[in-house]
Amino acid sequence: MKKVYTRPKTMKEAHFHYCPGCGHGIINRLLMEVIDEMGLRESAICVAPAGCGMLVYNYFDIDTLESAHGRGAAVATGIKRVRPGNLVFSYQGDGDLAAIGTAEGFHAANRGEPITVIFVNNGVYGMTGGQMAPTTLTEQVTTTTPNGRNPILAGHPVRICEVFSMLDGTAYLERVTVNKPAAVIKAKKAIKKAFQCQLDGKGFSLVEILSPCPTNWKMGPVEACRWIDEVMTKQFPLGVVKEVS
Amino acid sequence: MSGNAALGEAAVLSGCTCYFGYPITPQNELTEYMAKRMGELGRVFIQSESEIAAINMVLGASVAGARAMTSSSSPGMSLKQEGISYLAADELPAVVVDMVRGGPGMGNISPAQSDYLQATRGGGHGDYKTIVLAPGSVQELTEVVPLAFDLADQYRNPVVILGDGMLGQMMEPVSFDNIKPPKQYTKDYTLTGAKGRPSRMVRSLLFDTKEEEEHNWKLVRKYQRMEQNEVRYETFLTDDAEMVVIAYGIGARIVKGAIKRLRQENMKVGMVRPITVWPFPAAILQELAKTVHDFFVFEMSAGQMIEDVKLALAGKGRIHFYGRPGGIIPTPVELYRIIGRHYYMAARRKEQ
Amino acid sequence: MTTKTIFSGFGGQGVLSMGFTLANAAMLEGRYVTYLPSYGVEVRGGTANCTVVVSDEEIASPVASEPEFVVAMNQPSFNRFQNILQSGGLMCVNASLVNTASVRSDIEVLSIPTSELAEKLGTIKVANMIMLGSLIRASNIISFDAMIKNLAELLGEGKSKLIKLNKEALETGFTYVKE
Repeated sequence: MKKVYTRPKTMKEAHFHYCPGCGHGIINRLLMEVIDEMGLRESAICVAPAGCGMLVYNYFDIDTLESAHGRGAAVATGIKRVRPGNLVFSYQGDGDLAAIGTAEGFHAANRGEPITVIFVNNGVYGMTGGQMAPTTLTEQVTTTTPNGRNPILAGHPVRICEVFSMLDGTAYLERVTVNKPAAVIKAKKAIKKAFQCQLDGKGFSLVEILSPCPTNWKMGPVEACRWIDEVMTKQFPLGVVKEVS
Repeated sequence: MSGNAALGEAAVLSGCTCYFGYPITPQNELTEYMAKRMGELGRVFIQSESEIAAINMVLGASVAGARAMTSSSSPGMSLKQEGISYLAADELPAVVVDMVRGGPGMGNISPAQSDYLQATRGGGHGDYKTIVLAPGSVQELTEVVPLAFDLADQYRNPVVILGDGMLGQMMEPVSFDNIKPPKQYTKDYTLTGAKGRPSRMVRSLLFDTKEEEEHNWKLVRKYQRMEQNEVRYETFLTDDAEMVVIAYGIGARIVKGAIKRLRQENMKVGMVRPITVWPFPAAILQELAKTVHDFFVFEMSAGQMIEDVKLALAGKGRIHFYGRPGGIIPTPVELYRIIGRHYYMAARRKEQ
Repeated sequence: MTTKTIFSGFGGQGVLSMGFTLANAAMLEGRYVTYLPSYGVEVRGGTANCTVVVSDEEIASPVASEPEFVVAMNQPSFNRFQNILQSGGLMCVNASLVNTASVRSDIEVLSIPTSELAEKLGTIKVANMIMLGSLIRASNIISFDAMIKNLAELLGEGKSKLIKLNKEALETGFTYVKE
């Protein structure tokens, strides 16, 4: 029988703790595939977040530090300045990067730190039980917006890629999703490009990944994937937002 | 040389390769000094977007194997506490300088000692401690800075240098001849890329409750070793003293001035000056309590170190106190009058 | 022997540099010395002051509760610092700006018309150095000759043009007291 798929070499043999239908598992695997394919296992240093992605160090067989909530880009800055030859990336959720860690992410981007941020946007605080995130859509129901997000009271969904694109330090920003096979292949390409951008010393790179959270969206996995296409991408259009040649 | 500049040069000579800071008075001269010197030496300097970012950059640099430092003053230190807690939990070395100013809130940029409890009780969340060094002169800064880096590496723990606005701003002649080239420490925990070795992780999240407790016990045992081995203090005219003043940092300088006057009038007053305010020099106070009955605590706060003195003396002797919270700097003459009055009253009580 | 001096005046009158120059000159003489400036918002255009302690032994406190000497370059400084001067202490006053009618009776006052003397040298900027010259003459805190000899080192590189002017200013202040 022909083997068509195998666990990436740099993925530890552990069971994911993610909920059924969650996008983190796919994103974790993509990252390790890219690191394998680019031969970066011995160079990569990952900064893990607080949030659903916090346990990536149980899955990634690379050097990993778990940072305080929101501080990933600052920690990654410290690491990269000491070890400019290594591939340094942070893995951050929407609460982590777009709320509590906005300042750290924004200023790392503005300084053009040659690091990569993998920004997982699922529109809610997953780990804490589905509260409103800065990226929660208008009228979306969460545990802290029981009547739907009202922009007058709770503000508007934050478009990180577009905000960061205004900063001169950013070199590569792309928004992708992982809700269907074709999208997964595109997401992988984006991650590869972002890492290459870092290796080439071009500046700050970020891949925003729209990721399904069926548990907190109160949807089935298939419905969640469809919702990304039909609703979420209207607010967060896919594609390259900025690419400096 | 100013205290701030001397501190910066001492850090450079101690092998500090990364400095991250955010402007706040009264420690700006240190950040400015580092901007210039680190640039000249091709080392890392970043003026960060906040104190929170600065301490997290320190954490990143430390986990990557560098000797890293940040500095701030009281309001900024409050912001750094999150990162210091993570450094302690992750067992990462770092040197954090606090040039204390008057608080609470924005307070005032004049010198104060009102952050003693924040510094000596860990400061952030969780059951952790940091060694806290409180130098009393610009020259002593040059001894304390290399020591801080060494202790941080030796114990893999953040070390705090607790100064104040006056120490940072005042100028005194200073020599750096005492600073030796930095020692090398084996660092088997740093993240350098998993080249030819299994991958490493540095974390403070321990889902397994048993693992979490064991990690905390490990930290506790480390703090006990610090308490046993790292107590430092200076005694001044304690041999024949009938009253012993306990004061630290710049406060101790003012007391020294007062004691010189008191001695001219044959009042037998001495001083214990903690150089490490954590671990606190409790044993020497217990020793002195065998012969001395009266202890006088002076702080530029409403009374924080006095808690440690009370714990150290455990009910022995009598504790006198004079403190002024941030704002006006007390003068040697003021202390001479107050200590003198307490000394006189204590002597009279003895006669009765 | 320990002498404490407070220099005070408006920000911009060269008050801190007066103290700094004295402190450095004392250091070059091999004396113990501390220099404690006021800092922060206080020095942004408002009043500035600094304390210099010079001693033959280790200095206990850099804070001067009862200084032997006060230099007051403006009226608010005169009002504020005459109260903490030691009894019998010396107050060096910038007579160009300060009215000394309200002075304590147990202190000495030395009035120097620094602005007028400075203008004779061509620039008001050296009023502080004139005052410093007068203070050293009246106080003997440090050796004037040694200070003049070390002037290049005291003022730093790049200020060689100014050395002659500062020397003249110091000497003007010094000899004004002599007369």
